[in-house]
Amino acid sequence: MINHIDVSVVLRGTVCDLYSNLVTRPTGAAVRAEIEQQLAELGGRTLTVIDFTHVGLLDFSCADEIVAKLLLKYCDSAEGSRPRVDGARGEGYFVFRGINDSHLDAIEAVLEHHGLALVVDRGEEGAQLVGTVGDGERRAWETVHQLGAADAEELADAAGMSPDDANRLLDTLCRRRLLMRLDDVYVPIGIRR
Amino acid sequence: MTTVITVPSSLDDVTFEQVLEHLAPLPPDAKILLDARHVRWASPYGLAALLTLAQTRAVRPAFAPPEAEETSSYWTRAGFFRHAESLYELQRGAARTRQSGESSVLLEITPITKAGDVHEVVGRIQQRAQAILQGELGIDAKATIGFSMTLSEACQNIIEHAGRGGWVAVQSYTWKKRLGRRVVVIAVCDAGVGFRQSLETNQGRTRGDRWDDGMALEEAVIRGVSRFRDPGRGQGLAGIRRYVGKWSGKLSVRSGTARIAIVPPWDDDVPLAEQLPAFPGAQMQITIPERVPAR
Repeated sequence: MINHIDVSVVLRGTVCDLYSNLVTRPTGAAVRAEIEQQLAELGGRTLTVIDFTHVGLLDFSCADEIVAKLLLKYCDSAEGSRPRVDGARGEGYFVFRGINDSHLDAIEAVLEHHGLALVVDRGEEGAQLVGTVGDGERRAWETVHQLGAADAEELADAAGMSPDDANRLLDTLCRRRLLMRLDDVYVPIGIRR
Repeated sequence: MTTVITVPSSLDDVTFEQVLEHLAPLPPDAKILLDARHVRWASPYGLAALLTLAQTRAVRPAFAPPEAEETSSYWTRAGFFRHAESLYELQRGAARTRQSGESSVLLEITPITKAGDVHEVVGRIQQRAQAILQGELGIDAKATIGFSMTLSEACQNIIEHAGRGGWVAVQSYTWKKRLGRRVVVIAVCDAGVGFRQSLETNQGRTRGDRWDDGMALEEAVIRGVSRFRDPGRGQGLAGIRRYVGKWSGKLSVRSGTARIAIVPPWDDDVPLAEQLPAFPGAQMQITIPERVPAR
């Protein structure tokens, strides 16, 4: 099941019902705490759309508190640092939606700072990878999206890489929560149109 | 005995140093009178810094407002006297005119003490900022969001680090003397602990032999070091630097006895000024100039 969290609703419900801008660290921390609470109640493996459509301004501090710290809790970074949530208790995958260019400025800055990446659903443009991603990781991710689903052998064939490289890249993308593993195949977590 | 300190007729971040030169040798409980009778113009930095100055005094200072009606009226519209009334002994009634309406005042002087104040400030400025940035400064409409983000992060510096409230003001004006173009200026001032003392609370960091206000500013403004161990901290100032760089603006931050600046090609300021007169807290100024069409 795909969960949907409208960040503007969380903002108004947890901080102030008059606010539409995501600014300041305390605001970001309060919003993230509520999102984490909702995810904890779901438990297990979750795929959640984090929707920024109705958010006005997102500043760097809030982007760090909401986006970066949420990902740090559930995903590996590019340097391989481990998530802070035990995978057995909560395997969280996220797709970010309603991200405009100004949101992206703040989000890209904090992702780069922490070596993180995420999947953005850009509507008609489809899903995009944003943040710190190696060339090989990006190629593997895009190939899996084009294929719809793939195991290491299929990725190696389609992308013209060795099976070992394909295996390693799929494993990395899965640990970074940019692909989801279902049995022996890896599937995209965003829709590619 | 009361020491009279004359406020320069044109008060901005540069000339405010003259005030501090006279102030610095005096003990906090010395009686002072700030004589602003002959002031004709003040930048948002100048006005916010005057309020900050009063907060540093143990004895409420006296203040002689500008005699020029136009100046006094403008200071009223900028919100100066509303706050000065509780910080200074005003020597005569300040001009009582409407609080807002001057198009160049994007944001009248506003106290910042808590996160909610930042929401309020950002919410209030967005529409006016777009009109000024796009209409008067020829800056892309998309830059308005970045401007609000910059304002938000600058204000948060007070909440996160000062240890007490501060002031923010935003104004646009034509900077004839140095630039000959219109600019929009954000001033954020506080009389808190300042950058050096703030960073000293981070016990985990080792410091070299040289440790002073200038070094603290370099660490915080250039290298993004924060008093918090949280690795996500320090991105606000980095974001401000990026925005200022993108729009060929200027960022200057004064704290204690030093001032650091990101200096654009149109300005001749020094990157780091040290051994300035001591003044508590931190005072930040962000200047975004009008775009000149490429020839």
